[in-house]
Amino acid sequence: MGIIRVFHFLAGFTITTAIYAIFALGLNVHWGYTGLFNIGIAGFFAIGAYTSALVTSPLPTGVRANYVQQIVGLNLPFPAGVIAAGLISGLLALLIGIPTLRLREDYLAIATIGIAETIQRVFNNERWLANGPQGMVGLAQPLGGLVPPNYYNFVYLAIVAMVLAMVYVALERGIRSPWGRVLRAIREDEVVTEAAGKDVFRFKMQSLVLGAAIMGIGGALYAHSVRAIQPSVFTPLFGTFMIWVMLILGGSGNNKGVVLGAFIVWGIWSGTGYFIDRVIPVAWAARAPFVRLLVIGLLLLGILLTRPQGILGEEKQVSRMM
Amino acid sequence: MAELLGYGIVLGSIITLGAIGLTLVYGIARFGNFAHGDLMTLGAYLALLLTTNVFPALGISDSRLGPLSFGWVMLVSFVPAMAATGLVAVVVDRLVYRRMRRLRVPPVMLAMASLATAFILRSLIYIAWGPDFHFYTPGLRPMLMLPLGIKLRPDQIFIILIAWALVVLLYFFLQRTKMGKALRAMADNADLARISGIPTEQMTTWTWIIGGGMAAAGGILLGIDSQVRPEMGWILLLPLFAAVVLGGIGNAYGALVGGLVIGIVQQVSTQWLLPAYKPAVAFTVLILILLLRPQGIFGGG
Amino acid sequence: MSLLHVESVVCGYGEMEILHNVSIRVEKGEIVSLIGPNGAGKSTLMKSVFGLLSAWQGRILFAGDEITRMKPEQIVRRGLCYVPQVDNVFSSLTVQENLEMGAFIRDDDYRPRIQEVYDLFPDLKGRRGTRVGKLSGGMRQMVALGRALMLDPHMLLLDEPSAGLAPLVVELIFERIRAINQQGVTLLIVEQNARKALESSDRGYVLVDGQNRLEGLGRELLADQQIGELFLGR
Repeated sequence: MGIIRVFHFLAGFTITTAIYAIFALGLNVHWGYTGLFNIGIAGFFAIGAYTSALVTSPLPTGVRANYVQQIVGLNLPFPAGVIAAGLISGLLALLIGIPTLRLREDYLAIATIGIAETIQRVFNNERWLANGPQGMVGLAQPLGGLVPPNYYNFVYLAIVAMVLAMVYVALERGIRSPWGRVLRAIREDEVVTEAAGKDVFRFKMQSLVLGAAIMGIGGALYAHSVRAIQPSVFTPLFGTFMIWVMLILGGSGNNKGVVLGAFIVWGIWSGTGYFIDRVIPVAWAARAPFVRLLVIGLLLLGILLTRPQGILGEEKQVSRMM
Repeated sequence: MAELLGYGIVLGSIITLGAIGLTLVYGIARFGNFAHGDLMTLGAYLALLLTTNVFPALGISDSRLGPLSFGWVMLVSFVPAMAATGLVAVVVDRLVYRRMRRLRVPPVMLAMASLATAFILRSLIYIAWGPDFHFYTPGLRPMLMLPLGIKLRPDQIFIILIAWALVVLLYFFLQRTKMGKALRAMADNADLARISGIPTEQMTTWTWIIGGGMAAAGGILLGIDSQVRPEMGWILLLPLFAAVVLGGIGNAYGALVGGLVIGIVQQVSTQWLLPAYKPAVAFTVLILILLLRPQGIFGGG
Repeated sequence: MSLLHVESVVCGYGEMEILHNVSIRVEKGEIVSLIGPNGAGKSTLMKSVFGLLSAWQGRILFAGDEITRMKPEQIVRRGLCYVPQVDNVFSSLTVQENLEMGAFIRDDDYRPRIQEVYDLFPDLKGRRGTRVGKLSGGMRQMVALGRALMLDPHMLLLDEPSAGLAPLVVELIFERIRAINQQGVTLLIVEQNARKALESSDRGYVLVDGQNRLEGLGRELLADQQIGELFLGR
């Protein structure tokens, strides 16, 4: 295996990990900072991916229009797609938050499952939106002409790494700001924070929208990395559960931890894939992914039972006195 | 419309079985069990194992029961499948939730653990049986024409009868037996139950057995009605929670009504919406209830 | 030997110490009241006796046996029962079912005992099938007392039995408490309503800021100048 191939593999691996890390950072805003139990990450992921796809792709013309339906095709450049993804995802969060944010934690969780389910089904059944089950293909490749095609991965890696760094820095700043302190206080004790005069609902909404926007951006980056998306991609496993494991393993409430968690969990997923694909008899190949799912599930349980604060633990509590 | 109503009652009866177990666990173990749908799936697959592998291996041959699509072997399989699922539920409680209870974690962490459990159970099922669909018995099933224009298969009438038989059994258990009353007492006021000397850990164990058993029964009935597939229970999770919230958390009779209502509403909605949107309909009902009357129809105001 | 002997107990919640070296004794057959201002630690003391809170220091003895760190499930079997101040009934269960739950750990026939409890609270007899949540405050308190009596306890701990009740009903409840005592049950009562409590008590303790302040016979404390100013509104 040539050294170049190793680098290609690592680039691909890191791209996926970095995208997941962005999702996980978004979830950290929800759960780690504000205590919002969001099990519908896949919904924001999907909206972000589809928004970027629709914004950056042209409307189908000619023969192609017979097979592909889209609601819009703005054919704008990649950055517009990413920004739009964040905005629309945030907007969706705003709309969802209005009826659901005042709910108890577990009710919110169920509501988020419902939202993700609904979004997936809508995209799957309403062909006029984004081509239904066949989804959209041939998505834009930012800076595609810059290098020979087989080195493109590195370009995309740079793009994703830059976005990840920007999100990370912005969040680290945010958590140390007065705004961040209020969020922490809400997570610790909502009642006390409300009594201290803070409009808890407004802060929760801001957190919901921000986290969702970040997830939307992640979705956009995902879409342009694989360049083809269908509703079946945004599953509860890959779109939601995996990210939760990354968050809990790495340390909820800790941005560094969350990024670390993304690397470790995706590493375990890829690693088990590599080994199991070699070990498993061909007849059972269809079941291989589920052995890996079992490992991930047991990993999460293990952490919850032994070290629920995750590897890097939670950052020291910011004082509740305001 | 009558046809939709009829099938809505069939589906609603299945949802009720799951919802009753879910609401009991909610009231006693005090968290929303996201693995409940997968307990239904487990029950269905265990029945599959018994009817298509174990009994034939023992050389026992089956014969169809009248117009039903299955035979007495399936009937017999209900009990061990329900018991085994109840046992799995208890084991999970002992290994996971009880430990977390001792550490006094907030309920949301228990819910998260149940989410992990859901994926673990499902992946075990995928590993053991693969991702394909299975049928308990192959072949077409004819419809019966009933009054009022309702068309139901004999299987579906069986489903309604069995589901309600189980509900009635549970009713008698909760109303007339010492253990049943103690369970209701615990759901009502766990601290007072403890103060009265009621063994709360034992009660929790029984709740899991009953909840798991009812879920298994619901899963088997669902399998009889359609097919047995690994995602069958997870797909029902939204309707289950909607039914539980509609009826009031911890209220078994509320879950009964809730299950029927959700089943019927979902089915009637297919008059105007694609069947794929049924969970979305359940979800909408859930949100409406949470906004208008969060304690549910029967919840204490 | 006292039936209940609380010896120099130190106790609290989390890091906060509420009781600082509190001692009380209750002799068999007595009614003893614990009075004092809000936050004095009266409920805390009761909870630590019944095992709902672990005493940090000191000893608690019941009928000569040490129960200091025992759990409620074990204490209840020794004949010491507790009626909390709030949430002291199963509101979605009927009167009859509440009493049956009180008798849960009995392995003999509890039906004669239920009869005795109904004789003690005749108002409940006609309502045995009613959901307790639908009953008035006074009735609910009777159910709460009845539930605790089902195990034939030697001693009852009552946490503010008059809380939230109208004066006439309070009178009735305390009259029933005296009747319970006549049947041989020893009682320790925590009360905000100091007058009513002391009127029915053999002896009383005054707790202030988590410490013993005064102790004496019921009627003595009732007549006492200090207490009069502090609690009886004179």
